[in-house]
Amino acid sequence: MAVSKLVLAATSGKSCKILLGLRVLAFLATLSAAIVMGLNKETKTFVVGNVGNTPIKATFTAKFQHTPAFVFFVVANAMVSFHNMLMIALQIFGGKTELTGFRLLSVAILDMLNVTLISAAANSAAFMSEVGKNGNKHARWDKICDRFATYCDHGAGALIAAFAGVILMIIISAVSISRLVQPNKCSSSTAASTSVVP
Amino acid sequence: MVKLTKRIGGLVLRLAAFGAALAALIVMVTSRERASFFAVSLEAKYTDMAAFKYFVIANAVVSVYSFLVLFLPKESLLWKFVVVLDLVMTMLLTSSLSAALAVAQVGKKGNANAGWLPICGQVPKFCDQITGALIAGFVALVLYVFLLLYSLHSVVDPFLLQKS
Repeated sequence: MAVSKLVLAATSGKSCKILLGLRVLAFLATLSAAIVMGLNKETKTFVVGNVGNTPIKATFTAKFQHTPAFVFFVVANAMVSFHNMLMIALQIFGGKTELTGFRLLSVAILDMLNVTLISAAANSAAFMSEVGKNGNKHARWDKICDRFATYCDHGAGALIAAFAGVILMIIISAVSISRLVQPNKCSSSTAASTSVVP
Repeated sequence: MVKLTKRIGGLVLRLAAFGAALAALIVMVTSRERASFFAVSLEAKYTDMAAFKYFVIANAVVSVYSFLVLFLPKESLLWKFVVVLDLVMTMLLTSSLSAALAVAQVGKKGNANAGWLPICGQVPKFCDQITGALIAGFVALVLYVFLLLYSLHSVVDPFLLQKS
């Protein structure tokens, strides 16, 4: 009973606006995660040794391209934000196109695939940054966050945005699947309301 | 007749996914190697990396879930819930696999910019077993994507066959 009530609530006219709002939020979250991680770069000079009395300085850079997990993170977030942008454009500008059976199914499947993609990207970047923050004494890997604090902070911000995107994409995917079970017509509901107005 | 073959196909898929997840779990848990170099003896276990622990836990959850769904009766109302849970399990599988892959790639190739040396040279058997577990995890993930599409198809099938 509760399941059918939920399905009914998810497929009423108001839920189209809720879905649109959720998609805008997910688009913004994943886009900001991609941008913040894509521009993540820090350069610092360290003193690596002493020759006599003069210290030798060496410049080190921490870039996101050094870690393949972060490259995957940027690319996956860009792809998911592009998908959300496409869906928003379809809902706003494709007002006359009716979402028939196959189109609804492809929207649901694409949403499910993007949920798995963004969860994979966010998790791999999270575990890699955990290794970078705490090091690993079994493998003798030093932590790098004590030396590149700004790089780590920006990465943490991008990760938080990506995890917010994961949660939003799960909700969006659940709503898309429930629209499959009981298809409603977002576009023709607005057409019906305009025909009612005298 | 068609319904029966579809149902058997779904059961076979789920049994295969259960087997793959269980194999990934077992291979990673039994990977352990002791090596000594420079008069220092180190033992490589899967608990050294947090990502491998997460991989083991995720595959254990997926194995238990697949085993329980194998016995779900055909006319139960829970099949609609199985679609959502299949999506959650696919998410778990893909996130754990990609996290373990990211850490294992650093272990194999190292990270020259961070000064992290690869460890596969010292513990080759451990590395091979981790690779085998990751391959089994990947097979489980692909089977679960097919299972997700199959559950969706078996739940909303009547609506798709009609032209609306």
